Amino acid sequence: MKKTSRRDFLKLAGATGAGLLACGAGNALANEGLQVNNEELGMLYDATKCVGCKACMSACKRVNSDYGSLSYEKAKFDEDGLWDAPSDLSGSTRTLIKLFKESEKRWSYVKYSCMHCQKPSCVSVCPVSAMTKEKISGIVDYNKNTCIGCRYCQIACPYNIPKFQWEKAVPQIVKCDLCKATNLREKGITACAETCPAGAIKFGKRKDLLEEAHQRLKDAPDKYVAHVYGEHEGGGTNHLYLASMPFNKLGLPEIKPEAPAEFSEKIQHTIYKGFIAPVALYSTLCFIAVKNMKKHQGHDDDHKKGDK
Amino acid sequence: MGHSEEFQKLEGKIFTKSFFILLSVVLLGFYFVGVRYVKGIGAVSNMSDGYPWGIWITYDVATGTAIACGGYAVAILVYIRNRMQYHPMIRSAILTSMFGYGLAGFSVMVDLGRPWNAYNFFIPSKWQANSAMFEVALCVMAYSTVLILEFLPAILTSIEKSKWDRMNAIRNWLHPKIAPDKKTMEDKLEMVRLGAAWLNPRLNKVLIFFIVLGITLPTMHQSSLGSLLLIASTKLHPLWHTGFLPLLFLLNCVFIGYSIAILESIISSYSFKRPFEIEELSGLAGLIPFVTVIWLTVVIGDLSYRGQIHAALKGDFYSGWFMTEFLLVAGGSLILFFKKCRRSARWLFISASMIVLGGALYRFNVYLIGFNPGQGWKYFPSFAEVMITVGIVALEILGYKVFVALFPVLPNMDLHGGHKKKGHAKKHKGAEKPLPQTEAHAH
Repeated sequence: MKKTSRRDFLKLAGATGAGLLACGAGNALANEGLQVNNEELGMLYDATKCVGCKACMSACKRVNSDYGSLSYEKAKFDEDGLWDAPSDLSGSTRTLIKLFKESEKRWSYVKYSCMHCQKPSCVSVCPVSAMTKEKISGIVDYNKNTCIGCRYCQIACPYNIPKFQWEKAVPQIVKCDLCKATNLREKGITACAETCPAGAIKFGKRKDLLEEAHQRLKDAPDKYVAHVYGEHEGGGTNHLYLASMPFNKLGLPEIKPEAPAEFSEKIQHTIYKGFIAPVALYSTLCFIAVKNMKKHQGHDDDHKKGDK
Repeated sequence: MGHSEEFQKLEGKIFTKSFFILLSVVLLGFYFVGVRYVKGIGAVSNMSDGYPWGIWITYDVATGTAIACGGYAVAILVYIRNRMQYHPMIRSAILTSMFGYGLAGFSVMVDLGRPWNAYNFFIPSKWQANSAMFEVALCVMAYSTVLILEFLPAILTSIEKSKWDRMNAIRNWLHPKIAPDKKTMEDKLEMVRLGAAWLNPRLNKVLIFFIVLGITLPTMHQSSLGSLLLIASTKLHPLWHTGFLPLLFLLNCVFIGYSIAILESIISSYSFKRPFEIEELSGLAGLIPFVTVIWLTVVIGDLSYRGQIHAALKGDFYSGWFMTEFLLVAGGSLILFFKKCRRSARWLFISASMIVLGGALYRFNVYLIGFNPGQGWKYFPSFAEVMITVGIVALEILGYKVFVALFPVLPNMDLHGGHKKKGHAKKHKGAEKPLPQTEAHAH
């Protein structure tokens, strides 16, 4: 008796829960590939042209400081606070120039800011739609009035771009929004691209930027690593890179062409498709439990009669 | 479903020495919670943009709710597998689940940067069904409500039977000028009693549907707790990052749930000086290896499928943590294969502790230890951060102690003896040895 019911139970558990989850995992392995929209806005950063003047950084902060709640960051040596000296992207800094120096001859600047992915992980994981991707421009935008501050976007972003204001009692997430509410609206170009004196940042549509990047690779193949970073990484990004050094040395991680969000969403969708599985599970369990309870009550009544 | 006589209140004082020790820990923790709200999360924690989730999420939410799965695991056993002999354990299991989930919710409110926006979870236009976090949040909120409903009969029963001694004592203690009129107070209390008496049988009729909901919801959100990390494909170590994360988390919470139900029962029997419920415990213990063996098989099968077995045996930092987690669960389950060990409170305690530790370590590995956001990021919790978690756990224990004294939660020992014999005869027809520990501590 006992053995059969245990087997039944395991069968049931296997059929409902485990089967579904396993099938979710199986499905996720088969990639369908997502549609890339090359009409979206983006930027092409050419590390070989960058002179490291950081004009883009100060322009970004000047333009966006009020809107994005950015503040100046004092360096340790600078007691009077004369310079804005962020050491990394942070709750006060949306874009940053860094120098990677391997030797006296081999070095490169690199610019960090939001990659504006084709399939952004942060948008996929935000539980309250505070992170959104605009349909036409492709800008990955953040709305602090919806954000609950769970920081799941930070966990999810493979480039570690969204930053949190840890030191504030009323914090928010900070990340580049292509100057959507400021410079882009007023002048039609991002502040960093407008300011760059060396022409290292080119603003435009993704298809134009890709064309330009491949043209530059063709024109000077010796100068560059033969790869446009962001063309395929993580499903493709709208912020593209050219550089003379391997990209992972510049702090840009190696990412497979499949967007991480594709993988996770496929599993989640398989389990919760149409909410059928949870409802089926609930009704099956209800059926069993009610049946068991009736059996038990009958048993109890017999018992009481016996007592009397 | 009228099982009220099955349970009894714990006799004895509430305000003991351990009560005040726990209370001071709670107060210290809440002091730091205050600091966090005034000066920001960075002022009390070591979390950073690389490690945006620290121990509050890893322990209080991801691990704490698994440890609070006793109610879930025992409810499956009692209502789905129809093992009514375990029914006496269910109230204390549900009570700990209630505290576990309630306090996980509380630490989420400490952890959230902008908690005042949490109302967005109830606005359909803001819903984001792609997010595992959305699913977890709604499910956990719903489950906490269900747990309160499941526990409500205990409160209603004790209101029905209450003589309002404490209430009258407070009234007598108050100055006559501010004390309410005795007659009106009695009338009003009588109203409450009647209300409770009216509600209790009606609630009992529909309770089974909530109980089943209380089984469905954890199945959903415990697997989603695993799904949360699916997206971190570049950050989570390949030993743990797999499409099977949801399944592994679900199985993991079931075996943690049964083990914690055993531990809970042994510890409360020991500290409240009640006899050990060895019959129920050994039965529960017999179930655990079934779940753990499936879990271990999935872990190994998945590793070999993805060609990561070598990473597990490499002997580096990550493989060390993986082996610890794996061996704790495997070792604990191995002990339970021996019938003799299943019938000894000491061995049960050891193996259940190993399985809970191993299972909890698995969750730590996924959320923190195996999580590497890139070069230059480090995380180890700060003192204040730990104290907030410790304070919350202390509050949980404190609440449990107060609740078992105020409401009928623990199995009724007199009735339980008879009950046990019934289950006993059914389950083990063969000869069995007398249990040395069982009746020794009864008073």
